[in-house]
Amino acid sequence: MENLPRILSVLGDGLPETVIATLGGIVLTIVLSFGAGLLLLSPWRVVRGVTRVYVEGFRGTSEVVQLFWIYFVLPVLVGYQLVPLVAGIAVLGLNHGAYGAEIVRGAIRSVPRAQYEGAIALSLSPAQRMRRVILPQALVEMLPPLNNLFIQLLKSSSILALITVPEVTRQAREVLIPNFGDDTFLIFGVVFVVYLLLAAVITAIMRWIERWAARRLGRRPVRQRKVLEEVAV
Amino acid sequence: MSVPEPMIVFDGVEKRFGSNVVLHDLSFTVSPGEHVTLIGPSGSGKTTILRLLMTLEKVDEGTISVGGRYLSHQDKGGTLVPADERYSREVRKRIGMVFQQFNLFPNMTVRGNLIEGPTRVLGLSRDEANTRAADLLELVGLSDKIDAHPTQLSGGQQQRVAIARALAMHPDVLLLDEVTSALDPELVAGVLALLRDLGETTDITFLCVTHEMGFARDFSHRVMMFDGGRVIEDAAPEQLFTAPEHERTKSFLQAVLDH
Ligand SMILES: Nc1ncnc2c1ncn2[C@@H]1O[C@H](COP(=O)(O)OP(=O)(O)O)[C@@H](O)[C@H]1O
Ligand SMILES: [Mg+2]
Repeated sequence: MENLPRILSVLGDGLPETVIATLGGIVLTIVLSFGAGLLLLSPWRVVRGVTRVYVEGFRGTSEVVQLFWIYFVLPVLVGYQLVPLVAGIAVLGLNHGAYGAEIVRGAIRSVPRAQYEGAIALSLSPAQRMRRVILPQALVEMLPPLNNLFIQLLKSSSILALITVPEVTRQAREVLIPNFGDDTFLIFGVVFVVYLLLAAVITAIMRWIERWAARRLGRRPVRQRKVLEEVAV
Repeated sequence: MSVPEPMIVFDGVEKRFGSNVVLHDLSFTVSPGEHVTLIGPSGSGKTTILRLLMTLEKVDEGTISVGGRYLSHQDKGGTLVPADERYSREVRKRIGMVFQQFNLFPNMTVRGNLIEGPTRVLGLSRDEANTRAADLLELVGLSDKIDAHPTQLSGGQQQRVAIARALAMHPDVLLLDEVTSALDPELVAGVLALLRDLGETTDITFLCVTHEMGFARDFSHRVMMFDGGRVIEDAAPEQLFTAPEHERTKSFLQAVLDH
């Protein structure tokens, strides 16, 4: 236990890398999820087909292997070596964006046809229908699964240890274990708690956005509504 | 005096869903300002006619025009080709539709629902659109609900907002598809009274599907009885409701009255 302050300090040094990789990965995930999610609904077959290749390609292969490709193989092919953190963010975003695309597509498809038809009856253009009517309603449906996805992305950020990014997991394995080998339990106990806390932060932010989005639809948040119904019963 | 150009023309329209031919060689016209009610058994194609006019469905054969312009087709260098999205949108602006299930946008307040089309499609300023929204809400008796969400309104109130939303686009043609069918009985009268009022105070052309025969009788100038995708009787309401010519019309009216 007397080593706890040192352990916390070394893991703390890795915290910014973990947070930056996660945030960067989430931003890229959001961009790719919406981009690819909308393209999956394109009226043009070719566009859907190409997007499908991206989605299935990244969902169907190992994240670690993707990381090795971008970090080790790409430099050999194109002669340009990405900074480890950037390579890591790219893989986290590309991989989780492929899952997110399906979430976005599914949520858009779940908006009732009647809403499209109401928008057509007002002569809104296809882009206006999507942006003003469909997406705001679909957003409420996509937030809970996106929350899950972002937490998975946070946990996946530990693979960046494999390409020398000094994030929390690498700090534990490469710095702490060799020096405080007797405290293995304590070290990984703390690592455990760090990820748990970061996940809690993500969930808290996502819940806040969920409540905001539900209010915009004049709905009470789902969870609260369920609880109230149970109380009523 | 010359006969005015018809507002709506169906010319030899056929509509199929797969092998199910829903409308057979359908032709009729509606004059500007005329109120026409479509009646007929469930599945006879009444909703399909309104959806074709709103361009929610495409015709398989024949043409539809509204206000002298093709709706289903466009003239490209002398030949008629199926209308594209941009062309459809232009003609569509003259047509409004009120749905059985209201179809209000839950992500907007009542005000948002009312100003969305006028600001984004007609290019009104926010102020102009807000004024128009306030006037229409007063007309439908819901001025106090301008900042409410659709989910906070009763069915009857939602339907009156939906009518106001359609009117905000200043349509020449208004399509009403069983607009009171989803309402609790005590809310029906208010919506019908509003429609009667609109019928008297505007020169909008109405095409209306309803099972409210009392309303059809005093609102319509003309009633068309449909069966099996064909018009089997087309007459003034006094004639059609009191002395229907066809056996099929008689039994349909009997069934509706017994209901
Ligand atoms: N989207 C659709 N796909 C397949 N069949 C449809 C569709 N819409 C309507 N139909 C069919 O077309 C016929 C006419 O339907 P509809 O116009 O809704 O009749 P009504 O409004 O008179 O009850 C029915 O047989 C119905 O099953
Ligand atoms: Mg119908």
